Amino acid sequence: MPDAPLILAIIMMIALNLYAIMGGADYGGGVWDLLAVGKRAKEQRDLIAGAIGPIWEANHVWLILVVVILFSAFPVAFSVVSIALHIPLTLLLLGIIARGTAFTFRKYDSTKDFVQRRWGRIFAVASLITPVLLGIVVGAISEGSVTADVAGKSFDQVYIKPWCNGFCFAVGGFALVLFSFLAAVYSTVFAQTEELKTDFQRRALGAQGACACLALLVFLLSERSAPGLRESLAHSSWSILLQAATAVCAVSSSVALLKRKFHIARFFAAGQVSLILWGWGLAQYPYLIRPDTTINNAQGAASTQTLLIAAIASGAILLFPSFYFLLKVFRHQIDQPISK
Amino acid sequence: MSDLIFARAQMGFSLAFHIIFAVAGIALPVMMVIAESLWLKTGDETYKTITKRWARGTAVLFAVGAVSGTVLSFELGLLWPEFMKWSGSIIGLPFALEGYAFFTEAIFLGIYLYGWDKVNKSMHLISGWIVAISGALSAVFVVTANAWMNSPTGFKLVGNLPTEIDPIKAMSSPAALPQVLHMLIAAYAAIGLLAAGVHAFMLLRDRQNEFHRRAFGICLALGCTMAVLEPISGDLIAQMVANTQPVKLAALEGQFDTMRGAPLRIGGLPDVEKAETPFSIEIPKLLSFLAHHDFNAEIKGLKEFPREDWPPVLWVHLNFQIMVFCGIIMGLVSMCAGAIYLKTRKLPDHPLFLKAVVAISPLGLLAIESGWMVTELGRQPWVITGILRTSHAVTPMPGLALPFAMFFLVYIILAVVVVVLLIREFSRSADLQVGTAAAPAGEVSDHA
Repeated sequence: MPDAPLILAIIMMIALNLYAIMGGADYGGGVWDLLAVGKRAKEQRDLIAGAIGPIWEANHVWLILVVVILFSAFPVAFSVVSIALHIPLTLLLLGIIARGTAFTFRKYDSTKDFVQRRWGRIFAVASLITPVLLGIVVGAISEGSVTADVAGKSFDQVYIKPWCNGFCFAVGGFALVLFSFLAAVYSTVFAQTEELKTDFQRRALGAQGACACLALLVFLLSERSAPGLRESLAHSSWSILLQAATAVCAVSSSVALLKRKFHIARFFAAGQVSLILWGWGLAQYPYLIRPDTTINNAQGAASTQTLLIAAIASGAILLFPSFYFLLKVFRHQIDQPISK
Repeated sequence: MSDLIFARAQMGFSLAFHIIFAVAGIALPVMMVIAESLWLKTGDETYKTITKRWARGTAVLFAVGAVSGTVLSFELGLLWPEFMKWSGSIIGLPFALEGYAFFTEAIFLGIYLYGWDKVNKSMHLISGWIVAISGALSAVFVVTANAWMNSPTGFKLVGNLPTEIDPIKAMSSPAALPQVLHMLIAAYAAIGLLAAGVHAFMLLRDRQNEFHRRAFGICLALGCTMAVLEPISGDLIAQMVANTQPVKLAALEGQFDTMRGAPLRIGGLPDVEKAETPFSIEIPKLLSFLAHHDFNAEIKGLKEFPREDWPPVLWVHLNFQIMVFCGIIMGLVSMCAGAIYLKTRKLPDHPLFLKAVVAISPLGLLAIESGWMVTELGRQPWVITGILRTSHAVTPMPGLALPFAMFFLVYIILAVVVVVLLIREFSRSADLQVGTAAAPAGEVSDHA
């Protein structure tokens, strides 16, 4: 029986996983909104808006769950990350605000074209920047120079260096292309016409190529920047198996895309992104923040951890069916042509 | 100005912004489901139009509330890492529960907005009720966490650190119940009367408009009932503050000397240098009665406490006066509405009354903002009463003026956009023909 900190860490990973494969696709949708071209540009944008509409507010909850578990169960880690990564986290927040509000305003503001374009542009640009910042934060906590011990250190050492470097930006770029890949693959399923499906099929395959390049770049840069993570990824027995499984998913999703089996592609694409994330999580274990914050030395009161697990478990029993119900109701919506 | 001031300003501004959307997310769904129930009961399509209108409003305001709330959960750490390190384990549970309430609200709001022709009528109404209930629960949990900061319980202090943490006990701190009731009732009263003001404004142009008459009736019923109930929860809070936070009570009353039979002060400008509150009207012995239900009870004055533990007395006192003033005006207009209705059994629609409702419509939100200023400023210099000072909780990050300026700018822009969008919604509804009113372009179409 794993102990409470480990269970909570696993729950955080599950929440991150759900945020990546659902919320991540929302960000990716914004990217394709920005890159919508050709005579079907408007149809592409409508498809994306229709796919995000009802659930974007709900998807925020996965991120909130991670934050709440972090500060309730691992208060020390929350404090460290909040101090050292103040700048990227603040920018991340501004991105979240700009994205969410612009999306809503576009929906409820005047339907005139120029107004729509203005909100659409803000939504799309924020969708581009926010995942990069998320990736930067993930990169920074994996790397090993985050510290909240500010005494005698320069501003640069504490607040800039841990995240402002090639490795973290590469992880940011990796997150962005992974999310774009997911959004493109999901759109091939949602698209109503063959032309639109083809548009997103091409985008998905392009994004898949970019994912492969950035994965390689991150791996190469990690040798110097994140040796601890790299060591764990390159030399653990589980890692070989996991990487093989990730490769199988990546190949399968690409082949399914080429053969226009879009439902199958969606399954393997989500699997691919999830496995990459869990690979990172396992390599990071037992650290929450490298170099010295672990799930054991950052934990708060045991009584709180037990209650948290109980609350999350009982909440999940109530909420997963509700969420499934929403997705089902909503699936109907997009199976019908979007009427404007 | 110091980084501490900018951190406080950013937190205060973010909360002041969020609270408006939070209370709208609590009260609008209730109005929405009342209108829908009336539609189902009477078959009158006007009620359905009203429901859809309010649902649109809920959607916009909820979305802005969701992002501003997400921002707050991060800001707790970004600005106050020492506070979160200290108390994360103790008050994490209500935040986790709040997360669930928010998720429930988001899911069922999605079903409600997009499910008009996808789920059957009773399922749709039930979804609306779930939105309304989970909105209220969110407030319960968040206010519970704040109440703990005011009257901390559920742990033992060893050295400077908490041990034997009991999160359930922390959630049932003395301030929890009075604060929760006061906040929830305030939300219904403020939003009910605010929306009533909007519809009253429209009725002044067109008294026979059925859409606005019915909408006005629902808002008035909810807002007035709650505005009359609010002083009762205020009484609970007054006693709780007197018992658990005597410095706060002394500050909000401008009471410098400890005395029996202390007077209630109306107005006045507390002067901390001279330790007196000039220009106030004093009602003898009333403060002692309100705080302890005994005209001769002892009230501790500020002089009883070390000078460095005083909150900013002037600001606390002034905000308290504003809150009480707004509450009293709202209560009086509400009792007036009740009296007219009981006498005539008709919707109170005399132009004078309508004008009065328009005039008082912003007071509820003003009262909520100033009430939170009282709570938060009144707790200073502590972030956790008597335990952790705000100045020890702040982040070591320098240059906090910059993020403050950025968030300030973003929130101002958002506020302007939201106001413009809502005004457009209101003016559009004025042109509606009763019964044939279809949802505007871009919104879910009506197939029922």
